[in-house]
Amino acid sequence: MLRMLLRRLFLGAVTVVIVSVIIFAGVEILPGDACTAFLEREAQGKLLENCREAQGLNRPPFERYLDWAAGAIQGDFGVSANGAKSIAELVGNRLKNSLLLAACALGVGVPLAIVLGVVTGLWRDKGIDLVLSTGAIFAMTIPEFVSATVLILVFSVWLGWLPGIVLTSASAPAAEFFPEILLPVIVLSMVMTAHILRMVRSSVIEVMAGDYVQMATLKGVPYWRIVFVHALPNALLPAINVVALTVAWLLGGVVVVEVVFNYPGLGRMMIDAISDRDLPVVQAIALIVATVYVGVNLTADLLTMVLNPRLRTHYMRQR
Amino acid sequence: MSAPMIEVRGLSVGFTGRSGATLPVLRDIDLTVAPGESLGLVGESGSGKSTLALAAMGYLKRGLRRLEGSALYRGEDMFAKSRSELEAVRGGKLALIPQNSGQSLTPTLRIGAQLGEALRLHAGLPADRHRARVLELLGQVRLPDPEAIFDRFPHELSGGQQQRAAIAMALAGTPDALLLDEPTTGLDVTTQAHILELLREIAAERGMAMVYVSHDLGAIVRVCDRVAVMYAGEIVLQGSVRQVLKAPAHPYARGLLASIPRLSDPALPVALGGRPPAPGQAGAGCAFVDRCAIAQPRCRTEHPALTPLASGDAVRCHFPAEAQTLPIAGQGTASDDARGEAPVLTLDDLSISYSRPGLLDRLMGRAAAVPTVDDVALTVRRGETLGLVGESGSGKSTILKTVAGLLGAAGGEIRFEDTPLPGVVEQRRPDQLRRIQLVFQNPDDSLNPRQTVAEILEQPLKLYFGLSGQALLDRSTEILERVRLGAHYLDRLPGQLSGGEKQRVAIARAFAAQPDLVLCDEVTSALDVSVQAAVLDLLDELQRTQGTTYVFVSHDLAVVRALSDRVAVLYQGRLCEVGPSDKVYGLPSHPYTEVLLGAVLEPDPDVAPRLTADDVVELSPPARGCAFQRRCPRKLGAVCETDTPPWHMGAGGHAVRCHIDLADLAAAQAPAQDAVKKA
Repeated sequence: MLRMLLRRLFLGAVTVVIVSVIIFAGVEILPGDACTAFLEREAQGKLLENCREAQGLNRPPFERYLDWAAGAIQGDFGVSANGAKSIAELVGNRLKNSLLLAACALGVGVPLAIVLGVVTGLWRDKGIDLVLSTGAIFAMTIPEFVSATVLILVFSVWLGWLPGIVLTSASAPAAEFFPEILLPVIVLSMVMTAHILRMVRSSVIEVMAGDYVQMATLKGVPYWRIVFVHALPNALLPAINVVALTVAWLLGGVVVVEVVFNYPGLGRMMIDAISDRDLPVVQAIALIVATVYVGVNLTADLLTMVLNPRLRTHYMRQR
Repeated sequence: MSAPMIEVRGLSVGFTGRSGATLPVLRDIDLTVAPGESLGLVGESGSGKSTLALAAMGYLKRGLRRLEGSALYRGEDMFAKSRSELEAVRGGKLALIPQNSGQSLTPTLRIGAQLGEALRLHAGLPADRHRARVLELLGQVRLPDPEAIFDRFPHELSGGQQQRAAIAMALAGTPDALLLDEPTTGLDVTTQAHILELLREIAAERGMAMVYVSHDLGAIVRVCDRVAVMYAGEIVLQGSVRQVLKAPAHPYARGLLASIPRLSDPALPVALGGRPPAPGQAGAGCAFVDRCAIAQPRCRTEHPALTPLASGDAVRCHFPAEAQTLPIAGQGTASDDARGEAPVLTLDDLSISYSRPGLLDRLMGRAAAVPTVDDVALTVRRGETLGLVGESGSGKSTILKTVAGLLGAAGGEIRFEDTPLPGVVEQRRPDQLRRIQLVFQNPDDSLNPRQTVAEILEQPLKLYFGLSGQALLDRSTEILERVRLGAHYLDRLPGQLSGGEKQRVAIARAFAAQPDLVLCDEVTSALDVSVQAAVLDLLDELQRTQGTTYVFVSHDLAVVRALSDRVAVLYQGRLCEVGPSDKVYGLPSHPYTEVLLGAVLEPDPDVAPRLTADDVVELSPPARGCAFQRRCPRKLGAVCETDTPPWHMGAGGHAVRCHIDLADLAAAQAPAQDAVKKA
């Protein structure tokens, strides 16, 4: 078991290293560098030379990669190209905001999705299932910017209940984002709830039609005990991986929602950094998002293994 | 006679078809089971036997509904009970032992927890006594080391152990009526025989009423007093086991009996042509009319009633006296013996290992695992059928996969007509690939569900012969006709075929390549007996007309006997005995062959199985000595543990690998054989 854990951690670390090489190489291949971006039209002659000298850009790429990687491990991503601010500080604030948004959306969405998924699965093809499943399809297919705009129109413009846009500065403490954060949370949890709900629903239907649920029925086990003791522990196992992907998506890819609500999260920072050609920031964010993906999926795999006795024995046998 | 424990009255069950019509699955069923009595329900798949057993508990699968009638337990209608009343009865006094316990036990709950739940619901014991009672139940079904089993998850048990755990669970509520839904299907012969003996003892000890559902008459004979034969949702014959098996008065029951291969009979069983009508297609007359050899015009128009006979049976047939003239066994053709001397396939000291030692293991000097298959030497001559038998895990399918090139060998050599055959498919020449074909156990898995029969057959024809256009179509049709399917099957999808038809398409695909050697991996074990007989007959005919050589793998010894010229018995990937069928099935035998043959259940009330060894499951072969040492009833002593046994050669190429020589084996085995004959 311990050996397996170490093996998986090692493989995860290797993945992150490979990703970091790709990110670094990708930025390296692009024409121009941090100095040309920073100096813009003056990026020529002596000025450019001096800048490159100052930033250490004249050294061979391999050396710079090692420097960058060593810094990244300690949480130091250097300074941003424009403004010369510490990237760790800039990105750190944004990461905190993204985590806040993700945590709120997960806190609302995951329990809601599981409860509704189980309900629709158990009352399959009944009225409540038809209403919720159809609703889920709409929530999944309507683009986020549409639902966000509609919600802003209804709750901010017409009713005036909630602020339609986030004005709090990126470095403000978490508590100050309420209630501005509520609308983005609602939009995000709608989409993820729909995804997880549909998965949980089909998983519940499959398990409830299975042999062991029939056996439990014919053993005289009361219905709700069958649902909670025999069916759900099995039906919810596949949900773990879907939730993991959703977490990764929330932390890395909710650009649209962040832009619509002017929310100071990682996604928007990434987009801004790309248009500003602020390459060190792009590198830093890409690496952080990749690490989150690897970490979240690793956690999900380990969790599934702990909760699924079949997988557990399988890995034990493999030592 | 005391009041019946289980009584089904005029029960009809059906579902709503796509057309909106109600299609019956069970039609007007009447049956009673008295306390202490056991009733067998037999029939082919789709006959409604499992539906009937579950209906006796007031349970219908999703989509089914009761149309008429009632299912009484102790005089109370199970369909009239409320949910909580049902929960109190089910699993308590009226318990089920399911088919395939591997899937019927909840995978995330430990065995102890699942049995404890049954106790909590039905036994009324104080909670602190539950553990002791669970351990006692596990001991009663003779599970080794109940303490360890208590903490295991279902997947950590073998198939036989799972089935025993399910039996223990059914016994937790001290039932007075048991419903058994194919409880031994899918288990090895020895395990099956042991489970049936256990059920017999439990039933005799506790005087329970039992309803035993099975497609296997051999199993029914062991546990039941009476049998009801089901066909197309109806009971067509009901009577005592002896009467129904020895002199059945219904043509279907006679056809079914004739299609069962017997251990004592080297001839092929007789197939029962046609197939049962789909629900709602039975028509106004007798449901069996299209397959019946003695059908009269009256049978098409008038539905026969279940009529009592003088013998005490009840039969649903207009002409029970005429039916008695139909054969029930022993009329099949003998599998042909014509074969050449030239070897087609030679396995020389073959060993196969699933676990490859990793780089790390090699660096640390760790010993390689004991190979799964080891030291297998066999020769198969042209036009011959070699049967490979053994329990699950004996390596028989592994050997087939290696010959087919799907799995590399760890050592030894495979020769095809004296040319060494490269280990894996990628290294073989197209010609070699064409000449060796494989037919799999389950056609549902081996036929692509999105390809039509034509597309399936065209693949080998295009690949090996470069046919196209009209020639391709003609050839496909010809091949299809050779497996007795018409050209109108060409544009069907596998999903539109019955199990037997699918397996014929799979066989046709193999023969489309015009192979010299066809490897058959349990090709009939997913089929009903009557269909199995037809497939065996087809294989035999193809061999006679094409001169094809077969390697036929099966766990069913009677099937192997019917088709094979020579038989090789495998235990844990090691050969125990090789020889002509009649020698291997006669005396003297290797002790393992003796155990296997003794455990076979014959559909004959006069033949009882002899159980001479435990059905222990071994996960890996021993590192030294005889592979069978740990289970052998004739073990000599230390020599079996240290030395690899020698081959003893008998007459006609018969060879037995044992430390006991042939004369001593024969002397030891003859008395037991005689005892059975006298019994």
